[in-house]
Amino acid sequence: MSATRLRAPPADAFLICELGGLFALFHRPSGMTHLLASPAPELLELLGERALTRHELLAALNARYEVTDAADDLLDARLDELIAVGLVHAV
Amino acid sequence: MTAASLLARVLAEPDRAAGLDPTAWNALIAAARAEQLIGSLALRVDLAAVPPTVADVLHDARDAAIEQRRTALWEAEMTRRVLAPLGVPLVLLKGTAFVAAGLSAGQGRHIGDLDLLAPRGVLPAVEQALLEAGWAWAKPDAYDDDYYRRWMHELPPLIHRERDRMIDVHHTILPPTARPIPDADALIAGAVPLGNGLSVLAPADMVIHAALHLFADGDLAGGLRNLWDIDHLLRECADDDADFWLKLHARAAEHQASAYVARAARLSARLFGTPIPSAWNRPRMSDQLFARRLLARDDWGRETRPATRLAFYVRSHWIRMPPLLLARHLLIKARRRAADARAR
Amino acid sequence: MRHATSIRVGPIGFRIGSDFAAPIAALRALYADYPKSTIAHFSVRLPASAPWRWLIRPAVAIEGDYMLPDAAPLPLAQGLLAAEMAMNLQVALGHRRHLLLHASCVERDGRALLMTGESGSGKSTLAALLGTRGWRFMGDEFVLIAPESGDAYAFPRAISLKNQAINVAERACPTERFGPRLIATPKGDIRHMVPPADAIARMDEPARPALLLFPTFGEQRDVRPVGAAEAFVRLTQASTNYTALGERGFRTLTDLVERVPARAIDYPDSDSAIALVETLWRDL
Repeated sequence: MSATRLRAPPADAFLICELGGLFALFHRPSGMTHLLASPAPELLELLGERALTRHELLAALNARYEVTDAADDLLDARLDELIAVGLVHAV
Repeated sequence: MTAASLLARVLAEPDRAAGLDPTAWNALIAAARAEQLIGSLALRVDLAAVPPTVADVLHDARDAAIEQRRTALWEAEMTRRVLAPLGVPLVLLKGTAFVAAGLSAGQGRHIGDLDLLAPRGVLPAVEQALLEAGWAWAKPDAYDDDYYRRWMHELPPLIHRERDRMIDVHHTILPPTARPIPDADALIAGAVPLGNGLSVLAPADMVIHAALHLFADGDLAGGLRNLWDIDHLLRECADDDADFWLKLHARAAEHQASAYVARAARLSARLFGTPIPSAWNRPRMSDQLFARRLLARDDWGRETRPATRLAFYVRSHWIRMPPLLLARHLLIKARRRAADARAR
Repeated sequence: MRHATSIRVGPIGFRIGSDFAAPIAALRALYADYPKSTIAHFSVRLPASAPWRWLIRPAVAIEGDYMLPDAAPLPLAQGLLAAEMAMNLQVALGHRRHLLLHASCVERDGRALLMTGESGSGKSTLAALLGTRGWRFMGDEFVLIAPESGDAYAFPRAISLKNQAINVAERACPTERFGPRLIATPKGDIRHMVPPADAIARMDEPARPALLLFPTFGEQRDVRPVGAAEAFVRLTQASTNYTALGERGFRTLTDLVERVPARAIDYPDSDSAIALVETLWRDL
């Protein structure tokens, strides 16, 4: 896993509305709306608090949300999607 | 008086809005939308003092400008994230630069494409990085591509596939074939960092770019908005720096742009009442013709004065390319149109 | 422009000008009962598509404050359609006071039924028929949701009936007023129907959204509940200005889908669709 640290904007950069198990998210800096499924909102929350490497992020996800089945490659795929739309960026 | 003249007057003196009748309002709104100055108008006019329908229209225009600002800044940020690893100078131009630098010229302004200036030598690397990060050619056409690379001052326009936003990456601010040859290295060397890896042109260079863009690059269509930018830049720069006009004078000479900048200042003073030093205010006969062109918009938002517009259209091709090149360009365009027509 | 008129439809005023007399006269006849707007929110222009097109095979261009670069001109005989397309375009691209949903809408007891779907889903015809059967017609193209209150505002322009829907409406609403039949337009045959009198008289009255339907014209009668997330996504796609509204758009739309139940319905003919709507409405 890369040692690059990743960061998401603070919580006040988002409006979040839960809609039947999914999360509609309005991202204020871009004006874009995203429909997210778990664990994407959890990733954003963790990375909004501080910058983490992918490895640290997986550990934090397990510790806080007990997401024990979050496989590395699945997490990577979710993270790459979040980076592509600009919700997460390398610092 | 054309609707565009009315627009210029109300922009310069917004208190005039209080006395307008419904016919004038219809004309003013149509002209302001057509000139992409409705957002600027909305910020100048007191919305409490206008008829309710006008307030509706101007509230919407204010909201639209806020969203355009947000989108423009985000596009700059996403581009920065892709290009920052290259470690090359990246200078924002035009509308995005105005809002990123917090200039009054950016308030209410319509912002379209992202315009970026980078040193000529790094353009291939910039192009490659953008293509790898989700941008694609906006026009898949070999001739246009070749034309851009050989004769223009920018990469062929790229569009981001997901966000649907265009980027123009320039290596200077006028085509290399144009008469004045601005000093691109000096533009980049003098740029003002924004603190995030992006920068904007120095104040005098911003005015020079706006003036060259208006008078040395194009047929002045939609030029009233560019002149409104120039009005704001001149006012704000002169307020911030007592020596601004001296610096502008010297810098314009370095970029071979003195005549264009002088005309921009004179026309801005003429149409928008911009305060300019008396030494700058020596009107030329031709200013009248330029003003006629800039104000050619009727009360339905249509362009008027076809003869004046045609004259400026021919001039725009003349000033951008030497005559032989122009003939070659028009010939290839004509052949292609003929081929298209046959194919249909 | 040589010929001009003005029309107010719900909260939106238009000024429409043309080089030709015919499209303006046709609009005046179709919109005779509508209020005028002295100052317009939008200007629509229907000029001759080229100078010689004034005389030879006259055609009207579709222009206005907002334009599409590739909008093809229409023959002069289809001027009403050109006006309709140009007016819709101004609203779709320029209007920001409300969240715009590409939907038809009817009202009863102060509550609104919204129907949205692809072109050909029958939402226009259904709204037109319901509008003559105890409901107030609020619009067949756009419904306007106010960001502050969440209320639905009407946009009851002349109903644009296409192809088979023309005969259905002519049979079902013989007493209503119709415009000329426009033959073989790019959208097929078109005939405009003037909405019932109460739709125009009460066009400024909002209604509270109470039910959201996604109709599909199909073989079997079917009803399926639609979750809030799916309704949200479908409505972002059905909105022409959701993105342009930014944060206001998000708040308005999430509020709407959380508050209003949504159903997808399949129906084989308009009678069973109307019966289905009445049943769903009663069971709310």
